[in-house]
Amino acid sequence: MANGPTRRITYRDAMREAIREALTRDPRVFLMGEDVGRYGGAYAVSKGLLAEFGPERIRDTPLSESTFVGAGIGAALGGSRPIVEVMTVNFSLLALDQIVNTAATIRHMSGGQFSVPVVIRMATGAGRQLAAQHAHSLEGWLAHVPGLRIVEPATIEDARGMLWTALQDPDPVLIFEHQTLYNLEGDLPADAGPVDIDRAVVRRHGGDVTVITYGAMLYKSLAAAATLAADGVECEVIDLRTLRPLDMNTIFESVRRTRRVAIVDEGWRSGGLSAEIAARLAESAFYDLDAPIARVCSAEVPIPYPKHLEDAAVPQAAAIVDAVRALLPAPAPR
Amino acid sequence: MSTPPLERTHGQRLLREMIRIRRFEEACAEHYSAGHIRGFLHLYIGEEAVAVGVMQGLTPADAIVATYREHGHALARGIGADPLMAEMFGKQEGCSRGRGGSMHVFDAATRFYGGNAIVGGGLPLAVGLALSDQLLGRRRVTACFFGDGAVAEGEFHESMNLAALWKLPVLFVCENNLYAMGTRIERALSQTDLPAKARTYGMPTASADGMDVTAVEDAARSAAEQVRAGNGPFFLECRTYRFRAHSMFDAELYRDKAEVEEWKTRDPIALLKARLEQAGLLDARELTAIEDEVRGEIARAVAFADAGTWEPVEHLTQDVYTPAAQEANRG
Repeated sequence: MANGPTRRITYRDAMREAIREALTRDPRVFLMGEDVGRYGGAYAVSKGLLAEFGPERIRDTPLSESTFVGAGIGAALGGSRPIVEVMTVNFSLLALDQIVNTAATIRHMSGGQFSVPVVIRMATGAGRQLAAQHAHSLEGWLAHVPGLRIVEPATIEDARGMLWTALQDPDPVLIFEHQTLYNLEGDLPADAGPVDIDRAVVRRHGGDVTVITYGAMLYKSLAAAATLAADGVECEVIDLRTLRPLDMNTIFESVRRTRRVAIVDEGWRSGGLSAEIAARLAESAFYDLDAPIARVCSAEVPIPYPKHLEDAAVPQAAAIVDAVRALLPAPAPR
Repeated sequence: MSTPPLERTHGQRLLREMIRIRRFEEACAEHYSAGHIRGFLHLYIGEEAVAVGVMQGLTPADAIVATYREHGHALARGIGADPLMAEMFGKQEGCSRGRGGSMHVFDAATRFYGGNAIVGGGLPLAVGLALSDQLLGRRRVTACFFGDGAVAEGEFHESMNLAALWKLPVLFVCENNLYAMGTRIERALSQTDLPAKARTYGMPTASADGMDVTAVEDAARSAAEQVRAGNGPFFLECRTYRFRAHSMFDAELYRDKAEVEEWKTRDPIALLKARLEQAGLLDARELTAIEDEVRGEIARAVAFADAGTWEPVEHLTQDVYTPAAQEANRG
């Protein structure tokens, strides 16, 4: 929490400021992707940057994800510091070969001779009635792959600060921006700078239950925690921020105190990130638990278009409240 | 195309380079059968003129992106036979520390960016290396080798488009050996005139006889010059043929032995040897000296690889991330 002066800013503008700062600080940095230039970015993140930095550094690409992502990887190998924007994680599947087979492997396959300092940004998540091909949360898939670092800024401060940290990382970093967060407004400290991308953070302290989440689900988890607090149940809400590597220490430390865990993940339950976290808790914190681990995930369906079905498909605060209540030793008073 | 004039020293050097590749790979086949080399092994035998010819047009500052059939490119580029053979054996003295094996040869010193086992996967990488050169104002060429099989991949078309659109300094070298693994080009491609495909992206093209090293050299030199001059990418097709199977696991049931035999009459090594001899630029003594020298080099490389050491298992998780980041990235 900020003590000094702050200013109101949206997540979108914070992201843009981060890109602008990177372009200003390091001449090797450039932004490349679909509609990032003349159009101003599919989510208006890069609006105005073309006029400021010119078409060499704000490069519109054709709709050819595999090659422009691969070109970002090649440019990183060649000494540039590319920020590649893929419109949504759904389209990044067209570039999976380059991300998984090339970016993630070259360092190891080359015996440590080459690093790939590329940053790939993409939107993720449901909530805007965009239907199944624009609304999935597949970051957990990519978090499966060694050689990649996966981060997901949930707050204004992280949106502003994670990019610079990511650009300092000599290895490929994928930044996931939840599309419902772009309009989020908040107070950013005037002196906000790079943020840690190694550790999870506790966004709300509480001693009764640990809620583990990330991305847009942070806000639904915080809303659920507020509801529960009115009933005297105090949730500790952990924002993972980095999905690979997972900061399990922050989680273990919290669980040792609360002894109860709910994992909230907009990804699907089967084979997802929530399964990974639950398994690690079972492996290493089994005797710290007083109740089975609860999971609140998206329904096992492609995300539907109608509002009521989309809402039903993704975790909502009410479902989180129910899941947490079920963990408690006795039914909470009504 | 007229045959460029030959010069003694240069002609013999081209011959030696091709013979090195041939003997190196014959040794690989032998040690594969003996179990010293495992995994997939894709031999380049028959195609040596392409790698050797193309490299003549490049400088040490240029970059190479190759495929899984890249031993020839690696040797012609200047990666030593010792570290290359050690890589085949999986020893830590290998050029990729034994981590990659036959299909993933890397070498920072010679700007050799693999060794990519995904067909067409190297093309976007080459586009990016060239983009970086363009952005940072360096007059370098990235040479990207790929086969006719890669032409069917989407990445081929995406990469042609982007390289031409942005006028990037990429020399695309298509090694058209008529077979995408076991499928002949007519069975895989609706348009078998490969330069025609590149021309639709607005880039200049040329076709060279890939069995004639001097023809390849000539075409590659002029193509690389055009690329280096800032005219954007160039597509060079080298029509060649592999004398061996696709990989050591391939029973080669898809092509006639007669076809293979016919192409063998155009063996690039035999052709150059005959030309040099006829022109009085190579005598029996010189040829023997070359063969002996290469035999010695390959024997030493095998001994080097054989004496090489296994990377300690404790190193298993090293270089997944860069050391500074490694500690935090075990997850």
